[in-house]
Amino acid sequence: MLELIQQPWPWYVAGIFIGLTVPTLLIVGNKSFGISSNLRHICAACIPGNVKFFQYDWKKEIWNWFFAAGIVLGGFIAMNFLANPDAIEVADATKANLREAGVTDFTNLLPSDVFSWDSLLSLRGFFFMIVGGFLVGFGTRYAGGCTSGHAIMGLSTLQWPSLVATICFMIGGFVSAWFIVPFLLGL
Amino acid sequence: MKNAENTDMRHTDAVCVNEEQVKHPWWDNLKYLVVGIVFGITFVKAEIVSWFRIQEMFQLTSFHMYGVIGTAVVVGAISIQIIKRFNIKTIYGEEIVINEKKFNKGQIYGGLMFGIGWAITGACPGPLFAHIGAGFTVIAVTFLSAVAGTWVYGYLRDKLPH
Repeated sequence: MLELIQQPWPWYVAGIFIGLTVPTLLIVGNKSFGISSNLRHICAACIPGNVKFFQYDWKKEIWNWFFAAGIVLGGFIAMNFLANPDAIEVADATKANLREAGVTDFTNLLPSDVFSWDSLLSLRGFFFMIVGGFLVGFGTRYAGGCTSGHAIMGLSTLQWPSLVATICFMIGGFVSAWFIVPFLLGL
Repeated sequence: MKNAENTDMRHTDAVCVNEEQVKHPWWDNLKYLVVGIVFGITFVKAEIVSWFRIQEMFQLTSFHMYGVIGTAVVVGAISIQIIKRFNIKTIYGEEIVINEKKFNKGQIYGGLMFGIGWAITGACPGPLFAHIGAGFTVIAVTFLSAVAGTWVYGYLRDKLPH
């Protein structure tokens, strides 16, 4: 059994688990599945300043932090107790593309030559870790949600604004993966 | 009135608006921790939090991420239909409410920005949490940068096209 769990899980198993998060959160407490709002609640709780967008009762959203803390713990458990002993799967074509762009480490979830404390202060590291994170935080809030809030919760409830958002996520991602990421890897 | 205004402010991005009538002790939130743990394990075990999976998705070299998101949407949509059809209530007997998302141009501009960041970091906000838990401590910097991005959005919000 444990061996089965240690294998990388196929897409349909992951899809079912993630999909079931939607009704689970609704049934246990009427919560709409969403993760990026956590970032907003952190701003509201810690550094609201004079910004109207952060003036609200964030204490009513504490459940969202428990959910996020669960994700951190889940990541810890999966990595330390259920880890797959082999290298992760990467499609050959993508491996070839990335190798050409300058990636050398294909063993772990993140390439250590791009994402590490050592490379944080290099120009390349600055773009991948700091500018990338900034775009994620700014963009998700501007769009009113991320992959969970729009692509999964929004599409599941058949809301067309979420379809617009999801299409834009994908367009941004394609442009980024084909033109921006290879350029940044070359820095 | 103040309360209505407060709700309105949280409503602006149409997620996480939960006006429950039932009062809960704090430990009641632990159920969300459990849901999060299962979710986080799934993220790592299905390698959804792999930077390489995101590159594959956008380079169209693997079906994996399309399969994950597609299955999740289908399962989510069927669940919502069942909840509606059978008028399923929460475990506290409350009516289940699904907030309507209103369209604004932010979904286009913000969506494009997030998409660009998604391919660079290989992570949307959920995986950022899982990365930190999985031991990639440097991602805490990416996370803080995402919080900063959210803050700057809030600061500039009135000046941005919506």
